[in-house]
Amino acid sequence: MQKRTFLASAAMTLALATGAFAASHAEKVKVGFVYVGPVGDGGWTYEHDQGRLAVEEEFGDAVETVFVENVPEGPDAERVMTEMALNGADLIFSTSFGYMDPTINVAQKFPDVKFEHATGYKRADNVSTYSARFYEGRAVQGTIAGHMTESNVVGYIGSYPIPEVIRGINSAYIHAKKVNPDVEFKIVWAFTWFDPAKEADAARTLIEQGADVILQHTDSTAPQAAAEAAGNVITFGQASDMAEFAPKPRVSSIIDNWAPYYIARVQAVMDGNWESMDTWDGIGPGMVGIGEITDAVPAEVKEEALALKDALADGSYHAFTGPLKKQDGSDWLAEGETADDGTLAGMNFYVEGLDGEIPQ
Amino acid sequence: MDLSAINPVLLIASLMVAATAVMIAAVGELVVERAGVLNLGVEGMMITGAICGFAVAVGTGSPTIGFVAAAAGGALLSLLFAGLTQFALANQVASGLALTLFGLGLSSLLGQGYVGIKPPATPRLDIPVLTDLPVVGRILFGHDLMVYFGVALVAAVWGFLTYTRAGLVLRAVGENHDAAHALGYKVRLIRVAAIAFGGACAGLGGAYISLIRVPQWTEGMTAGVGWIALALVVFASWKPWRVLLGAYLFGGVTVLQLNLQAAGLAIPVEYLSMSPYLITILVLVIMSADRSRAPASLGRSFHASQ
Repeated sequence: MQKRTFLASAAMTLALATGAFAASHAEKVKVGFVYVGPVGDGGWTYEHDQGRLAVEEEFGDAVETVFVENVPEGPDAERVMTEMALNGADLIFSTSFGYMDPTINVAQKFPDVKFEHATGYKRADNVSTYSARFYEGRAVQGTIAGHMTESNVVGYIGSYPIPEVIRGINSAYIHAKKVNPDVEFKIVWAFTWFDPAKEADAARTLIEQGADVILQHTDSTAPQAAAEAAGNVITFGQASDMAEFAPKPRVSSIIDNWAPYYIARVQAVMDGNWESMDTWDGIGPGMVGIGEITDAVPAEVKEEALALKDALADGSYHAFTGPLKKQDGSDWLAEGETADDGTLAGMNFYVEGLDGEIPQ
Repeated sequence: MDLSAINPVLLIASLMVAATAVMIAAVGELVVERAGVLNLGVEGMMITGAICGFAVAVGTGSPTIGFVAAAAGGALLSLLFAGLTQFALANQVASGLALTLFGLGLSSLLGQGYVGIKPPATPRLDIPVLTDLPVVGRILFGHDLMVYFGVALVAAVWGFLTYTRAGLVLRAVGENHDAAHALGYKVRLIRVAAIAFGGACAGLGGAYISLIRVPQWTEGMTAGVGWIALALVVFASWKPWRVLLGAYLFGGVTVLQLNLQAAGLAIPVEYLSMSPYLITILVLVIMSADRSRAPASLGRSFHASQ
């Protein structure tokens, strides 16, 4: 895309200019952010940028941040990160799964620069990884969905069939089933993170086939718009609050809150005790937030959902607790047993009761 | 699998919605090509129309004014192409491709402040008794006005090209611009008008996506619909009613594959996702048995001195 190259170049020029400025204020910690979408996408990238702004607010003049948006996942990402490092960045956050290999490559060339890659699994001495346990939020959504559905059909728009998305489907289904044994999930794979027209079509299709609750693992608000047009359908915000559709159709949301993590990591660089590590936090530490449950949800359902949220937060309950079987009927977790992180990270199967096959 | 979950009435109703944007853009491009000009910038004009229509609809609160602005925006952008190809005699293919890239960049610039905003709702046509009729009511009378506008536009373009003197002149310009020039017709003027009409249609098609189909603004949201519109003109062998047929077929398969997925059909999803393109190619091959050919002057530059 020409325009992306242009935007990236423009941003780099800015970075160069600010880099020269930073050289004269050498004590400042310089932090770079690489974004996959525009900061105004209202979802994934928007929340990362909120984290960046929180860092600026927290440290004021002691820190300087730069960001480049709309960076394609590929060679461009490597170039953008290289230029950031050359311009004196001390810490670089690369915020999309597809930046994993570029991050590792650039990190090898700049051993003194610290890198943080979101949602990946490859680490190095100067590369940390971090992600959020969105499936905990899905459990809360599933509980609300199970109670609220009258047709007993819940529609789910999946992006790509990767463990992250499959985990979300399983978690939502398990908890919807728990409160409503008759519930049934219809799943449509969109094969995109962000294509409003396709997401809208998918939502409409699910609604036409009887779904009165739509869950999504794609980033736009198009399904909310489709649900609003259809009338008696509820949805949930994804990645960001999407509060412009509250109180209905959006009745709650999963919010990514990266600010505390970003502040902690910048602090670590300042204190000189930054270490490569893997962070996977959920509702407890506040990396996953549950957006306000609106009054469209009956009070007792809201109470139950909040109780579940609290139990997940203090660790007294795990979203994947046995007895659970896999879709083919084989045993997975025994009574009271909880899933380990390794299994969750590589989850590639549906739990018992879900229809359909996972595209391979 | 539960195919009974698919309601054929709703399927037909939603394929009409899915087909409208591509149909309006394609019928505009058809007129351009019948005048002998190949404008590959449809995608760029559509996305520009999408943001112009969105911005004006949000600003004024009226979707109707938004659609008018979208047509104006698309036409204005197409005049850039007209200037390049008709007066500077630039290569039409290269200019068209440049127009697409320019339109994509321009639209994301214009759209900076419009992310996350909801446009005013476009009302659905709701005729008390007719809309409630079983089956036909929902298919024929339950849509927004643009769906009918699209069908009417196809009919109007067909009538214009077939029965009017102006339509005959336009076709003559497309078939043999030297002969048309010798007869005293203003080839350049006619072509510029055709290009502007095509741009206006593309703009309307784009605004249909940003105001009705998705109701929001996102960079690059036309996602290749302009290219499908271009293919549709060839598919239709430059005949208006076949544009309508092709658009409904493409829209139908698109909507059907989502329905089949939701119904749990045991076909790998990847095949379902590519099915609209496969079937379009297949029909294209079958219809190419028809000996209708492209306008003879298509893509050739005209200068009165030659």
